[in-house]
Amino acid sequence: MKDFPFLSVLVAAPLVGAIVVALLPKSKAALAKQVALVWSLAVLGLTIVMWTAFKADGDRFQFRESYVWIKAWDARITFEADGIALVMLALIAFLVPLVILASWHDAERSSRSVPTYFALLLTLETTMLGVFAAADIFLFYVFFEVMLVPMYFLIGSYGAGQRQYAAVKFFLYSLVGGLFMLAAVVGLWVLGGHTFDWHELQKADFSTGAERWLFLGFFLAFAIKAPFFPFHTWLPDAGSAAPAGAAALLVGVLDKVGTFGILRYCLPLFPNASKYFAPLGLALALIGIVYGALLAIGQNDLKRLVAYTSIAHFGFIGIGIFAFTTQAGSGSVLYMVNHGLATGLLFLVVGMFVSRRGSAMVGDFGGAGKLVPVLAGVFFIAGMASLALPGTSPFVSEFLVLLGVFTVNKTVAVIATLGIILAAAYVLWMIQRTTQGELNPALTKLESMRKDLSLRETVVVAPLVVLILVLGVYPKPVLDVINPAVSATLEDIGKKDPAPTAVEREAAK
Amino acid sequence: MEIEFAAAEGWLHNVWLLIAVPLVSAAILLLLGKRADKWGHWLGAGSVGVTFVLALTFFFQLRGMDEREGVELSLFEYLPVAGLKVDFGLLYDPLAAIFTLLITGVGFLIHVYAVGYMSHDPGRRRFFGFFNLFVAAMLLLVLGNNFVMLYIGWEGVGLASYLLISFYFDRPAAATAGKKAFLINRVGDAGFAIAIFLMFATLGTTQYDEVFNGVGQLTGATVTAMGLLLLLGACGKSGQFPLHTWLPDAMEGPTPVSALIHAATMVTAGVYLIARSHPVFDASETAQAVVVTIGAITLLIGCIIGCAKDDIKRVLAYSTVSQIGYMFLAVGLGGAAYALGLIHLLAHGFFKAGLFLGAGSVMHGMQDQTDIRRFGGLAKHMRITWITFLLGYLAIIGLPPLSGFFSKDPIIHSAFERHGWSGWVLGSVALIGAGLTAFYMTRLYVLTFHGKPRWTEGQHPHESPPVMTIPLILLAVGSVAAGGLMATSVPGWLEPVLGEHEEHHARLSEWTVTAMTMAVVILGAGLGFALFRRGTALQEQPAGPLVTAARRNLYFDTLNEVVFELPGKLLTRALVFLDNRGIDGVVNGLAATVGGGSGRLRRAQTGFVRSYALSILGGAVLVVAAMMAVTLS
Repeated sequence: MKDFPFLSVLVAAPLVGAIVVALLPKSKAALAKQVALVWSLAVLGLTIVMWTAFKADGDRFQFRESYVWIKAWDARITFEADGIALVMLALIAFLVPLVILASWHDAERSSRSVPTYFALLLTLETTMLGVFAAADIFLFYVFFEVMLVPMYFLIGSYGAGQRQYAAVKFFLYSLVGGLFMLAAVVGLWVLGGHTFDWHELQKADFSTGAERWLFLGFFLAFAIKAPFFPFHTWLPDAGSAAPAGAAALLVGVLDKVGTFGILRYCLPLFPNASKYFAPLGLALALIGIVYGALLAIGQNDLKRLVAYTSIAHFGFIGIGIFAFTTQAGSGSVLYMVNHGLATGLLFLVVGMFVSRRGSAMVGDFGGAGKLVPVLAGVFFIAGMASLALPGTSPFVSEFLVLLGVFTVNKTVAVIATLGIILAAAYVLWMIQRTTQGELNPALTKLESMRKDLSLRETVVVAPLVVLILVLGVYPKPVLDVINPAVSATLEDIGKKDPAPTAVEREAAK
Repeated sequence: MEIEFAAAEGWLHNVWLLIAVPLVSAAILLLLGKRADKWGHWLGAGSVGVTFVLALTFFFQLRGMDEREGVELSLFEYLPVAGLKVDFGLLYDPLAAIFTLLITGVGFLIHVYAVGYMSHDPGRRRFFGFFNLFVAAMLLLVLGNNFVMLYIGWEGVGLASYLLISFYFDRPAAATAGKKAFLINRVGDAGFAIAIFLMFATLGTTQYDEVFNGVGQLTGATVTAMGLLLLLGACGKSGQFPLHTWLPDAMEGPTPVSALIHAATMVTAGVYLIARSHPVFDASETAQAVVVTIGAITLLIGCIIGCAKDDIKRVLAYSTVSQIGYMFLAVGLGGAAYALGLIHLLAHGFFKAGLFLGAGSVMHGMQDQTDIRRFGGLAKHMRITWITFLLGYLAIIGLPPLSGFFSKDPIIHSAFERHGWSGWVLGSVALIGAGLTAFYMTRLYVLTFHGKPRWTEGQHPHESPPVMTIPLILLAVGSVAAGGLMATSVPGWLEPVLGEHEEHHARLSEWTVTAMTMAVVILGAGLGFALFRRGTALQEQPAGPLVTAARRNLYFDTLNEVVFELPGKLLTRALVFLDNRGIDGVVNGLAATVGGGSGRLRRAQTGFVRSYALSILGGAVLVVAAMMAVTLS
């Protein structure tokens, strides 16, 4: 079992599925959907087996595989997973089947091929799994860039509104970030001993100046991807133009490559530069928390609103990473997972509202809770998860982040805590304007607005709701996987958790 | 005094059932949907009844123990991250015990009442689901053995409160009131959360016993900060100045909700928090001074506004604000007064729940009319409601030997005994408050039950069914008897938690205070009776500046609008504009300069991406070269 090449099979499997689905004739739309769904479920099954095979108290990196790729550069196809990567892989494998099921009828609305849509989703899954499983920096870079292609077509060909503008903007932003990363990757190869292997590079020493430049190259790419303020303006456009399922994956998973990259590459490879630039990282993230929340309050388009809330959430992840404490770091990683679940659910539910109403504008709703009580109830749960209510999983991560940040930087933690008030404001106002209050007469005229959750939609949202609640009460299984990886990362940069101040003072006496 | 809890053994090991039973019931009611419509309300009420019986068994178990400091129980690890160890842990001690009895006992009566009150409401099952959820969260709040559990219960009751305030969510006023309650509570919650972070940063723990035992190691400034942050949380939840404005609006919820959540239990959670954290407050004179000041200010604000309101539920709501002010005053005084605050809390739980349910019974018989100017002469038509309301009214104004007398008088007395000039001020404020309470409650009572009918057309007032009147009777019995019983038993019962305290009465004797209080109460009640026994005008009459201000809630809502809402709205709008035009504009502009014309970017098609990619890759080579030059030189 231990020798089974888990990661390469996991990364390749969705791509094979994508090819099968893409080869199906355009007329076999139903078959394409079924194949895609079954395939993604098989990938989920494999991930579950891998999760059980992972030893939380074992080596930091497990499931290592390495194959020769480009000999001249010593670029290899190397996969391995630590606890941080593992939870992200699990999140992807969990979300994709739900997104496929949620997108069942989405492609039919456009004039494009239905099988291609589902092939693109599976291709996207391969690239997302690859980017988190890669342990060779060149391989990571390739996945990082290739990931854009399926998402570009999902937004540009199957999206709504200004979809081509949004797709191009998304592509260009990411490409610019990728360009800086490419420069840094090349620089890293030159200075780090002509290798792309993560472990080798981690041992390399750089001059202070070089380390800072390399850090900035990676950081910029990740800050655009995450996105951090002020590189965020592509996200609301992309999030509102993308089909709901693709938006859930875009914001729920794809963006996490940014924060994951900072944890996996910036911190361990450039520890001194990370500490040097930590104030910058904290500042950008903190601005993001307040700025994203305030802008979310001011939005009139549901999908844009959710996109802006994510900018605030990425701010929380950011301050957690740059605080360099175990609680904050573990909180950040858990935040990545929980945000994927909560915002994924929120995007999917918003998608269900939008497909019924034919509009994403807040003003086109009003009192919808009377017509679709169950859908409104799920919307409410997603909203509560989004504002990190205790009992839902995002609370655990937000609490850990804030607590961990507070032990090293009280000012940042206190300002960020004010963000939880703003979160309540944007969520509650969104809920009030859409599902509460007097019923908008325009809604009653729509046949589709009178249909509550269908069986298919129930199957989509139920696993998310259950997982959000279960991990809200019992997050230990995930924390046990994350904690050792975060501790190891902090060791890489030579940071220890501060001792409780009063206890320390007492001991000094 | 080192605090140490024993591990739960025997029957007390099952104390988690208190939370589980109502929680499971809530889950069944909310998940089964319409299928549970026929019997859901009985399950909802029954589950709280079962919980009450369980609470009694645990209570007697604890009472039979030699060491009553409390027993702990850890269910599972909740947040294990490096130095942070938070378990899903419970603590059953004398303080938790009296709260569980109050929550489940009064809660059960109100659940039974609600079966009748909500009988015509199509959303009755949903109502009981939320109501059970509240009971579960409230029990977690009082049963946790660390501040994180307390916080989870704290936000949980906030959620239930929000859901029940905006229960009639299609009414804009109800939806807005729910949102307001949630938001203002979150302000307090943020303070509470920071207090927990501070505990962890300084002491490395959030466990009650470890925090309290470590208070001595903290610097004065840290303890004061911790106390004030906890107080901010307490003010939010308990509707205390300056975070009190949500509580009167919360009356948009169904009346049983007002009785259970916004009078008897949830809003007293702030008092629980302060009493629970008493070692922190005991260690900071400043924090205690702020608590008594807030209590005194709030009790006056509540009384003054209560005198000017014409809506039966709003008067009672402001009365709640004011009575909790008394409790804050008491727990802020510290020492022996902690127990006094808690006795008042329990007594208030009975009589205020009774008064609210009485008001609900009146509304039930008057087609949901809430305007006291439109009542009058109802004593003849609803005798049980009248008698029980009368007893509750006499209890709240503190007529001996009803419960308010035993609970409020000692607080007034203790306030006078506070050291220095502050004692005279606080005592006087508490005394004036007693007079004002007598006045507005008399006005409310007389206008509702006596005088000539001033009903709107088509009213046929009638008594409520037994399922509603029996809880009224039981609560009235409690209002009469509870004060005297508890005044003698509660201080001793709570000694293991709060420590032993001797009362010092240096300034005034008990008789002096009682005589003064009786004098102002009789004055207030007499004035109220004289002014309103002949009824009142049916329309709002022009009035002087004080009455106008009181009618407008002393302009606190206006203040919130001007200071927070309006600038917030403007800031948000400005930022949205800036984000679209500013940051995005700059970036689009840059892209346009590279690619040639923003118009083309907007019309961009796949072909353009290729050329962009190409030109950018060309640029990449340059940047790489430049970086190499810089780093290698």
